[in-house]
Amino acid sequence: MTSELLNYKTVSPDEVTTWHEACKVTDFPQDGGLCISYQGLQIAVFNFSQRKEWYATQNLCPHKHQMILSRGMVGSEGEEPKVACPFHKKTFSLKSGENLNGNECKLATYPVKVENETVYVGFA
Amino acid sequence: MKKVIVIGNGMVGYKFCEKLRAKADASQISLIVYGEEPLPAYDRVHLSEYFTNQSEEDLYMAPRSWYDEHQVTLKTSQLVTTINRDQKTIQTHTGDTESYDYLILATGSRPMVPPIQGVDKKGVFVYRTIEDLEQIIAYAKTVKRGAVLGGGLLGLEAAKALMDLSLDTQVIEFAPRLMPRQLDQAGSDMLKSKIESLGIQILLNKNTSQIRGNGKLDGLDFADGTTLETDMLVISCGIISRDELAEKTGLETGKRGGFKVNEQLQTNDPNIFAIGEAASYNDMVYGLVAPGYDMADTVVEQLIGTGNKTFTGADMSTKLKLIGVDVASFGDALGDTPGSTPIAFEDKNTGTYKRINLSSDRKKLLGGILVGDSEAYGMLLQITQNGMALPPNPEDLILGARGGDSGTEMQLPDTAQICSCENVTKGDIVCAIKDKELTDLNEVRSCTKAGTGCGACSPMVADIFTDTLKAMGQTVRKTICAHFDYTRQELYSLIKVKNIKSYAELLSAYGSGDGCETCKPAVASLLASIWNEPILKQDTIQDTNDRFLANIQKGGSYSVVPRVPGGEITPDKLIAIGAVAKKYDLYTKITGGQRIDLFGARLNDLPKIWRELIDAGFESGHAYGKALRTVKSCVGSTWCRYGLHDSVGFAIEIENRYKGIRSPHKLKGGVSGCRRECAEAQGKDFGLIATEVGYNLYVCGNGGANPQHAQLLAGDIDEKTAIKYLDRFLMFYIRTAEPLNRTSVWLNKLEGGIDYLRDVVVNDSLGLGEELEKDMQALIAAYHCEWKEAISNPTMQAKFKHFANTDDHDPTQHFVPMREMKKPAEWGLVANETK
Repeated sequence: MTSELLNYKTVSPDEVTTWHEACKVTDFPQDGGLCISYQGLQIAVFNFSQRKEWYATQNLCPHKHQMILSRGMVGSEGEEPKVACPFHKKTFSLKSGENLNGNECKLATYPVKVENETVYVGFA
Repeated sequence: MKKVIVIGNGMVGYKFCEKLRAKADASQISLIVYGEEPLPAYDRVHLSEYFTNQSEEDLYMAPRSWYDEHQVTLKTSQLVTTINRDQKTIQTHTGDTESYDYLILATGSRPMVPPIQGVDKKGVFVYRTIEDLEQIIAYAKTVKRGAVLGGGLLGLEAAKALMDLSLDTQVIEFAPRLMPRQLDQAGSDMLKSKIESLGIQILLNKNTSQIRGNGKLDGLDFADGTTLETDMLVISCGIISRDELAEKTGLETGKRGGFKVNEQLQTNDPNIFAIGEAASYNDMVYGLVAPGYDMADTVVEQLIGTGNKTFTGADMSTKLKLIGVDVASFGDALGDTPGSTPIAFEDKNTGTYKRINLSSDRKKLLGGILVGDSEAYGMLLQITQNGMALPPNPEDLILGARGGDSGTEMQLPDTAQICSCENVTKGDIVCAIKDKELTDLNEVRSCTKAGTGCGACSPMVADIFTDTLKAMGQTVRKTICAHFDYTRQELYSLIKVKNIKSYAELLSAYGSGDGCETCKPAVASLLASIWNEPILKQDTIQDTNDRFLANIQKGGSYSVVPRVPGGEITPDKLIAIGAVAKKYDLYTKITGGQRIDLFGARLNDLPKIWRELIDAGFESGHAYGKALRTVKSCVGSTWCRYGLHDSVGFAIEIENRYKGIRSPHKLKGGVSGCRRECAEAQGKDFGLIATEVGYNLYVCGNGGANPQHAQLLAGDIDEKTAIKYLDRFLMFYIRTAEPLNRTSVWLNKLEGGIDYLRDVVVNDSLGLGEELEKDMQALIAAYHCEWKEAISNPTMQAKFKHFANTDDHDPTQHFVPMREMKKPAEWGLVANETK
């Protein structure tokens, strides 16, 4: 199961080699996420409409290894955008992936871009 | 290094150790304690709680580890039998010998057993130690009736205990009144009628001449020729100091027993001190804990401090709750001071009696008695002890000011002693709050120790805390989170008055930032409680369970609970549930709320499962929401030979009335068809128990981590009235509670408690009754089955998918077989086969 965590590696915008077409903007809820499947990976994509921002992270919560984060609630702590895991309310920065209220492993994060009402996630 | 031995490990003996160790560690004074009982010191004041908890640990003054941590050598089950004053040694019944520099006698007392013929019969008990209580509990199981000899404080406590053990209970008192040392005739009469209304019979003026029975007692004979049939007798006729060591040691005793002590608490041997109930000062033995603690403090001062503190007698004022009745007596309660004149007030409707005794010049308060309502105790005691000036009309002290300015509020001096058990003054409390910047009442208690003894001063400590914070310009306000500077109750009003329908609207008008996982569900709950619109219109502000209308479980699968009102279900519906469970491979379990939970449903399957359930006639059970869960019922008069009313029918009516209504936390109800209470209604947020003429309505009970019995809100009411009160009660809770506070927690925080709640709900003291009923009616009218909405709306239905870009289930979700069904794979065992 540790190996499952190891499948997810942060991709920075300049590393992107593939922009994967994930969904239409209209598929997304306001201020909420969806999970997409990409080559065996589960990626949580968030439409943070309150901030007019998009984020993507691994769907796997590192705390109890549950595929769940896309169903989490988004919000902010100070200026930091975050997502709260539905299981035990562990919160993670959507920008850095860091656990804000504990010592869990960082989430891998992925770049997101929106073009022509379509949402793309960047992979390396 | 001095060596101190304490004989006796009771409350006062323990307190001595605690106070000594606060001033001197083991390098200065070595400390050995001998206790005759096998247990370390426990709280005898709250002994009757043992009947409900049966936990010795809960009563301990401190756990055994405390003694180790503070380097106090505790030797239990050791009776000290000899003191050798010349060699300064003691010896125990097992022959152990130990030397001392100072000896502290804290041997306490034993119950006084009057020399009545037959007192040695089986079935006669005393009431002092945990062992006594265990014997009483064991014997009570074999009998139906029990009597208590002695109508003092302890006797009445014992009577309550017998009543709780389901015995037919009598109290026998020699004097013409109850609590003869604390109450006058009128006070005793009031207390008697209140206690008798609870089912305990009181016999006054009874001189017991004989305890009858062949081997074990079966009755009592009185000197006036009357008799009483009973199966057991608990003797509570006062105490006798344990001064057995005095005679052979050559220590002097007081006229009524007890080691005779001076103002330093020294016996006639200056190296031997006596404290607590073992000590006799001025021929007076103090049977209360506060003077005992004061004595302990005085001896500690003699041994390690300045030695200036002395003990010169103590106030016997006391306030307590006896069998649910408030009783207080303070200062010169009976008006024995020459020239004193009383002012008395009596209200037989409410069972209240108040009396204050004024000095002959009517300028000072000497003492008084309170029965039924002792709220004024703290203030009256302060006025008495500090010799404070009285208001122009002294009767205002017990009646409250009537008309005109009600500004007779007393400002206590800083020297006023608030907690007499721990000797804490108002100044101590105020200083602690200011200097240590305390913001929590519990911190105040642990920091100052105020209110940690008998607890009688707790309300005053709370008032001082709030007043001090106010004076410092602080307010105690529980705002929801960093994004809203409002309490839940304030947001409730804003949403309602400003007609706000969405989280985004509220955030932009009254909040800041982007919200979070605390305020979103709290506001979602408020919006639902006020408008009762379909919650999936704003699905991303709901907690996961609400968002998918199911309960998330380990592994990310969900469980499904259809509503089964009152627990009544037809065979066809049972078959339908079974068929669905089989088809979707669900684990099934009967819940505590009399319904069936189906576990292990995949997110994508939820709408399909619900379509089948709805077709079979089911509705959402709201097990996923902070909302009404179930109204549990017993089978009631339709089948049960004891049932008085149709409890199932009434439970179904109530469950259907309040289903779908969202509240600050989940709500559970119960309806029992008779007082056997098979529906456990007293453990619910609201519960109804059938009586001969109607129902008793109980509210704010709770099971779970902090169980709490529900309290009686109204008795013998008809179904229509019960529903009216329930409407008001539930709406009042929904309006005023903090987020995620169950009704029990809410009630505990509610100023004025159940009496205030009763005023609001039953007496409509706030004039809110009609409005609350109207609000409830609107919620009921807006009811909809959330699942029915979800499956008839394609957009909503589309949200029940694990992946947005495929229709697959979550491939990492796994189940393993268990007892012919399935369970989720353990936390973290997410398989890696997808790679």
